[in-house]
Amino acid sequence: MIRVVLPAHLRTLAHVNGEVTLDLAVPPTLRSVLDELEARYPMLRGTIRDHDTLQRRAFLRFFACAEDLSHEPWDTPLPPEVAAGTEPFLIIGAIAGG
Amino acid sequence: MSKVRVLVGTRKGAFILSADGKREKWDVSGPHFAGWEIYHLKGSTVDPNRIYCSQSSGWFGQIIQRSDDGGKTWFQPGTPPGETKTPDGMPKGESNKFSYDVSKETGAPLTTHQWYDGTQHPWEFKRVWHLEPSHTDPNLVYAGVEDAAIFRSTDGGQNWQELSGLRGHGTGPQWQPGAGGMCLHTIILDKKNPNRIYIAISAAGAFRSDDAGKTWKPINQGLISQFIPDPNAEVGHCVHHVAMHPSRPDTLFMQKHWDVMRSDNAGDRWHEVSGNLPTDFGFVIDVHAHEPETIYVAPIKSDSEHFVPDGKLRIYRSKSGGNEWEALTKGLPQSDCYVNILRDAMAVDSLDSCGVYFGTSGGQVYASSNAGDSWAPIVRDLPAVLSVEVQTLA
Repeated sequence: MIRVVLPAHLRTLAHVNGEVTLDLAVPPTLRSVLDELEARYPMLRGTIRDHDTLQRRAFLRFFACAEDLSHEPWDTPLPPEVAAGTEPFLIIGAIAGG
Repeated sequence: MSKVRVLVGTRKGAFILSADGKREKWDVSGPHFAGWEIYHLKGSTVDPNRIYCSQSSGWFGQIIQRSDDGGKTWFQPGTPPGETKTPDGMPKGESNKFSYDVSKETGAPLTTHQWYDGTQHPWEFKRVWHLEPSHTDPNLVYAGVEDAAIFRSTDGGQNWQELSGLRGHGTGPQWQPGAGGMCLHTIILDKKNPNRIYIAISAAGAFRSDDAGKTWKPINQGLISQFIPDPNAEVGHCVHHVAMHPSRPDTLFMQKHWDVMRSDNAGDRWHEVSGNLPTDFGFVIDVHAHEPETIYVAPIKSDSEHFVPDGKLRIYRSKSGGNEWEALTKGLPQSDCYVNILRDAMAVDSLDSCGVYFGTSGGQVYASSNAGDSWAPIVRDLPAVLSVEVQTLA
């Protein structure tokens, strides 16, 4: 079970509270997590990855286990703690400050 | 008894303001889509319960929302509540997808336009500025977008296709962004002639289609813009808004960057009607519901000072189709006021005594139930208002 933390605006859009949990084949990757997330919550399509290019939107970042995964290849396996569900996969809006 | 429903888009959500025909006591609903930028909401004239909404964010992109019950509940058209997948298991959510037409079949329209520094720059989709539902079919709706293009949906906003003849117009490489971006902000559908569509782009100018959006003609003759290399150019004018009375589809009124303009031949030729306005810079322009020669503008001090002049919030009305203007001030602040009124933030209702509404960058929405003679705020403290539309309900 993969735990995914969405930014507040996307939680509202997907009508979810708190974390989202996904069941995925092991090992999960950035691509498989986002594919499943968009399949479960199609209203999120285009909000995390561009509709046409499927590239990460410029102002979003991916983190897990205190590591920045934003620039990793899409098929990079996620850390074992994420695969085991002990750590969440974080999708974060990039904010430089107030 | 008649009712009115005012649809307000703001920097941080949508609000719906409702009243009976007296327009004295208002019910305020919202914020809907709290925290998101709502550039525009507009209801169908065929089915007033059908409302389209443009929800967007610099972080998360473009969302199209739709209500089929007058704004009580909302959904993304491709993704009805509780129904998240197609029968074959594929996800929906196509309603957010605005892809420029690059197909060879339609001529693979241009891919670059002029950037601020004069170089060519790729077309990049950013957001929907304006939604214009059809006068005949509630499932037919047009979207004006940044970077400038017009899209059409024939299935209630589920899928969008570009009308690529506009972006493919030969002048495309000369179009350039205004200060707010290269936006297609105005779409006017002619009730009498379904093949005729007017649009306007900052900063390219106004265009007209007479074949339902297949081909387009620039209609900017008579516009003079001193801030561009050729003040009389065919395109490159920063048109801020255009308005038309449905009974006179050949007469158009325009608030240009500077200058208030008028055309009586469907945009083929324009002439200035700024007359005695204190400043002819501004964004909004609108026409009285029952008097096609009565028009409204909100003069703004200048292109570098986007607020009302002299600290006074004044709407100007001309009952002669321009040139002769009177200030409307009753009920509006006449000191220490420095708000702006953006291009889509004025609307009129069609009750017997025409109501006029506008919203400000300070979060006020003002209403007049007597064609502008006097005003009162419906709300004073919303987020900055981006757009105001009104529905007159039987």
